[in-house]
Amino acid sequence: MYDTIIIGAGMSGLAAGIRLAYYDQRVCILERHYTIGGLNSFYRLRGRDYDVGLHAITNFTPKGARKGPLARLLKQLRFRWEDFALSEQIGSSVRFPGIELQFGNDFELLRSEVYRKFPHQKTAFENLLGRISDYDDLDQASFELSARQVLCEVIDDPLLIEMLLCPLMWYGNAREDDMDFGQFCVMFRSIFLEGLARPRAGVRLVIKNLVRKFRGLGGELRLRSGVEKIKTDNGRVIGVVLENGEELEARRVLSSAGWVETMRLCDDISHVETRQAGQLSFVETISILDAPPSKLGYDETIVFFNDSEKFPWRKPDELCDVRTGVICSPNNFRYERGEELEDGSIRITAMANFDRWVNLTDEQYRLEKLRWYDEISASAVRFMPEFRNRVIDTDMFTPKTIRRFTWHENGAVYGAPYKRLDGTTHLQNLFLCGTDQGFVGIVGAIMSGITIANQHCLKD
Amino acid sequence: MWAQREVYFLTFRSGNEMTREEIRDEIIDILQDIAPDEDLSGLDDKTTFRDQLEMDSMDFLDIVMELRKRYRIQIPEEDYPHLASMESTINYLEPVMKDMQRVS
Ligand SMILES: Cc1cc2nc3c(=O)[nH]c(=O)nc-3n(C[C@H](O)[C@H](O)[C@H](O)COP(=O)(O)OP(=O)(O)OC[C@H]3O[C@@H](n4cnc5c(N)ncnc54)[C@H](O)[C@@H]3O)c2cc1C
Repeated sequence: MYDTIIIGAGMSGLAAGIRLAYYDQRVCILERHYTIGGLNSFYRLRGRDYDVGLHAITNFTPKGARKGPLARLLKQLRFRWEDFALSEQIGSSVRFPGIELQFGNDFELLRSEVYRKFPHQKTAFENLLGRISDYDDLDQASFELSARQVLCEVIDDPLLIEMLLCPLMWYGNAREDDMDFGQFCVMFRSIFLEGLARPRAGVRLVIKNLVRKFRGLGGELRLRSGVEKIKTDNGRVIGVVLENGEELEARRVLSSAGWVETMRLCDDISHVETRQAGQLSFVETISILDAPPSKLGYDETIVFFNDSEKFPWRKPDELCDVRTGVICSPNNFRYERGEELEDGSIRITAMANFDRWVNLTDEQYRLEKLRWYDEISASAVRFMPEFRNRVIDTDMFTPKTIRRFTWHENGAVYGAPYKRLDGTTHLQNLFLCGTDQGFVGIVGAIMSGITIANQHCLKD
Repeated sequence: MWAQREVYFLTFRSGNEMTREEIRDEIIDILQDIAPDEDLSGLDDKTTFRDQLEMDSMDFLDIVMELRKRYRIQIPEEDYPHLASMESTINYLEPVMKDMQRVS
């Protein structure tokens, strides 16, 4: 009998596992995949290391900072700041036709950019900052306010609204068109007020640290152990059944599989409304260059681009929508001298339609990947220097890939639009953590695991 | 789990009771563990932890959890406010901990 069974060895499941194992619980993490990390996993292809998800770690705060999610999670998981070996971004920007807003890890840069490019919005922007710092993390009602509505009340230049929403939606919005105001505040803080950084070794360093700590505390991690059923009795979970038929008992279960996905596992629920699942999925191209991007005159860390004055944030009808995207260069972080990455690379993310991608035949799938690789690159070079003649290897992932790594319905990167902030479910000892609890991204997912473990799994 | 940190046993003895000073040392040790970056040397026992240290509700939970882990003391949630400052914490723990001894 386990004290807690955790479904999923992504960031949130591992973080929750560490908390519980640290306080002497018998914990088992069950992961369906043959590898750990969930959405933020890593792999090797043709002699090179790749990350599945990582662009940058958000919420960067410098060593010694005592406030903010990064400092909190280090404390809670008993890591040292150095353990994640974070190098800061060089600088990023939001680019719309004819206008750019630069930002970096010093918030004053964004403030001065807004002041310069939207001189009539100075007071409005300060008022918005006030709203953001007043916002209280935990209240479901204020979380669900419409961000667009709040922004319209405060700011009267629609272009500034779109330019602020663009990066924040890209990095953490599960809802089409609009965003929960709570999520907007969380993302604003984590990207603009705190900042972006990356471990030189990529996401594998984070994952390996988490796993090593979990195992070192006596936690059990089982790969290739998909949960097929959550067994219930009288409003309580009594255990889980694995895909191979094995049954495990637990005093409680914590699931990072997503809301709809978890409900579907429960043996007391016969019908799950899948319309509640998220719709937003991505493709990402990875281009390995024969030189670092700086040699092409490009030293931006992340560029969020959009080719019109209105930012479209919804599932495309076609396989992809390349009007907006995110360009990330893992080389463009401030690594120690001599520690620069070996290969130059550019990653570009675009919106994608899950159903269209999964319904392709194998041959079509291969061809569409090639076609959209070209479309995406062509769209991006409108906002960055030409790099296509410097490419020596490529890879690409699609909503199908995301589905394979996360099992999220529709390959929805940020899960379902409706978040369950308190992590509770209809069963008194089944809890939700990770994407559908509400905190997304690497730091968000880790915080989610910690918070839900603390609130629901430690105190009894 | 047990192997990598000091092990604490709970023993009942007569006479040699755990003093307030020893309890204080133990709390300092716990705080050091929870917040390794804090300088605790100048901690004022009468002022709340919250006013002197960068501590949030997660850290308070950790004080409770560390006491449970080290001494098997269960502190009910309604008693958490007793852990506001060093002095109030010691006052609260003294009757509970006086019969315990840390054997390393
Ligand atoms: C292209 C892309 C780029 C991204 N870039 C960044 C970035 O730069 N910075 C950032 O901070 N975040 C980024 N993210 C977001 C970040 O990866 C996620 O928010 C975070 O990893 C979510 O973690 P999680 O633990 O909530 O969920 P997941 O990672 O989805 O973990 C859930 C785990 O549960 C397992 N599982 C599901 N069902 C079962 C079952 N029935 N039985 C057993 N196991 C099961 C899955 O296999 C998976 O391992 C990116 C995401 C994508 C797709």
